[in-house]
Amino acid sequence: MKALLLRDLRLAMRSGGGFGLGLAFFFLLSVLVPLGVGPEGGTLARIAPGILWVGALLACLLSLDRIFALDFEDGSLDLLATAPIPLEAVVAVKALAHWLVTGLPLTLLAPGLAVFLNLPAGGYGWLVLSLLLGTPALSVIGAFGAALVVGLRRGGLLLSLLVLPLYVPTLIFGAEVVRRGAEGMALATPLALLTAISLGAAALLPFAAAAALRVNLR
Amino acid sequence: MSIWEYANPKRFMQTSAWALPWAIGLTVVLLLVGLVWGFFFTPDDYKQGSTVKIIYLHVPAAMMAINAWVMMLVASLIWIVRRHHVSALAAKAAAPVGLTFTLIALVTGALWGQPMWGTWWAWDPRLTAFLILTLFYFGYIALWAAVENPDTAADLTSILCLVGSVFAVLSRYAVNFWNQGLHQGASLSLDKEENVADVFWLPLLVCIAGFVFLFITLVLMRTRTEIRARRLSALLARERVA
Repeated sequence: MKALLLRDLRLAMRSGGGFGLGLAFFFLLSVLVPLGVGPEGGTLARIAPGILWVGALLACLLSLDRIFALDFEDGSLDLLATAPIPLEAVVAVKALAHWLVTGLPLTLLAPGLAVFLNLPAGGYGWLVLSLLLGTPALSVIGAFGAALVVGLRRGGLLLSLLVLPLYVPTLIFGAEVVRRGAEGMALATPLALLTAISLGAAALLPFAAAAALRVNLR
Repeated sequence: MSIWEYANPKRFMQTSAWALPWAIGLTVVLLLVGLVWGFFFTPDDYKQGSTVKIIYLHVPAAMMAINAWVMMLVASLIWIVRRHHVSALAAKAAAPVGLTFTLIALVTGALWGQPMWGTWWAWDPRLTAFLILTLFYFGYIALWAAVENPDTAADLTSILCLVGSVFAVLSRYAVNFWNQGLHQGASLSLDKEENVADVFWLPLLVCIAGFVFLFITLVLMRTRTEIRARRLSALLARERVA
């Protein structure tokens, strides 16, 4: 499993594009929104939590189809399916690898971009914490979506259509945490629910994703 | 004699051929009575005027949009557990019907909301949850259409339906976080003293019954079509081999 994780990380770093694309997208969005909306600080401060979370979500979406598609094409997914580790663990490791190369860097990049969006000072800690707790859910849900469409020739559009409604609760709770944090309100409830989604998704969705992979590898 | 006998496509075709005319007849009668009664023989609301009458389309469509998804969920579970093909085909057949009901609910709601709320659309929890349900329907139908092998498609869509149901419920409660919203509370419930005033209530019940039978009729028809299409492709495949 460790070998698989290292292999996935190495592939993501080296293949070019896969790693940087999401981050670049996130960066561009955060720069373009103020240019489009206008430089007025109050407006930007109000939309900053939502924009940052939407940006992180879409950046995550960009690289989802790479989770299984390349391995499916060159046949290594078949090898992994017959390997001694269970397919559920393969899914979990691949989701973890995806999170390490997208979710984690996005989380680290977010406070820097929040400066562009004039996020109130109280929101920075909560922004990092909410992304840290919420982006794993995005990766796991995305791995499930990618497992559903792995056998399809042009699965990209379908993948976004399938995954988008699944991302809704994560987005709502995540942005809510940052908004409440920025305004100095109580945020224990959305934070707990966001964490619950991440934990629940990480615990249960690998089974659903592995079931979908088995169907597609039949 | 158990319900599982209808998993046999032949038995299903026989029974549904017998049941279909009854379902069609009930649909026509109930909808005619309910809609004519509701549209022409109930008074206007003292605040909403005649716009209140859209309730006879909006509420039944919205109810059936959710019930159709629940039916797909049950059918998907049966397919996963017992692998009855009729069940998978019924789920496939129900999806576009459910999507249509969802769209009817959204459109009639917008038509009513424009004069009453002053806006076609508001990001109200109920409206948002319905929009998300629409996305789930689109995704489900698109996945059926995209996968070529019918058994693979049935498996994948069933898994999607199960996971999607969990997230649809999650979303329904997540959107409550924003505010209470513009949408009025439940029009009908079993545990309330009074629901909608009686003059509106009775034709509404008839309309709901009509929509239930409309759903049954359409799903039976579409499932029969799916079974015939499956038989046809089997015949063609056999001919190609011979």
